[in-house]
Amino acid sequence: MALTLLFLGKLEDMAGAAEMTLDVPGKLALPAITERLDPDLAVAIASPDIRVALNGTLVSPSNVMAGDGDELAFLPPVSGG
Amino acid sequence: MRDVRLATAPFDPHEEMRQFSQRCGDAGGIVSFTGLVREEAGSEVEGLELRHFEPLTLPGMTDLAARTEAHWPLTGTLVIHRVGVMKPGEPIVLVACAARHRRDAFEAADFLMDHLKSRAWFWKREKTADGWRWIEPREADHSDLARWNAVP
Repeated sequence: MALTLLFLGKLEDMAGAAEMTLDVPGKLALPAITERLDPDLAVAIASPDIRVALNGTLVSPSNVMAGDGDELAFLPPVSGG
Repeated sequence: MRDVRLATAPFDPHEEMRQFSQRCGDAGGIVSFTGLVREEAGSEVEGLELRHFEPLTLPGMTDLAARTEAHWPLTGTLVIHRVGVMKPGEPIVLVACAARHRRDAFEAADFLMDHLKSRAWFWKREKTADGWRWIEPREADHSDLARWNAVP
């Protein structure tokens, strides 16, 4: 029962990998997912400028319910010029 | 005619422009912009990497092209953006707009570039002797976008 997490941009360095899988008991809201991560990474992800995509679609972080087979991507602001 | 692509390997802007100009035969003019990985004397940058997010990056570029065509009467739109690791001097992006009248082509190309730079889903990092470093957004990107507030 695995949930895939993707970390884009600088979040990859904080996470130590671009991708991570978590064993999950069922559908979880975002706070229940981030509490399984390194605390610094969890704080970085909670920043309002981080966008969240569930299975490739942008979603409001408060609406996230993700579980087995889902892919949750964390997108920091894009780099620009 | 619309051609919007991600390039995972080096591309030849001259060859792309040759093909593009053949495909928009009724244009009065074509404006193009080629962005290169900057080569600066004394720069320690050895390479640049662009990452993207498959589900959003290309669809976002296509939506941007459609928005551009809705505002300016274009006979052709070309957007090619590199991803992956590049060396200084290599092309990163090619934008071309063909139109009956030059003003539309100039403005549409400028609009596309400003939005590709600051809105499209790309993350950049550069490599120096100290290793890789992610590039943060710049304030200028937001002021570049503000020029286009009147475009729906």
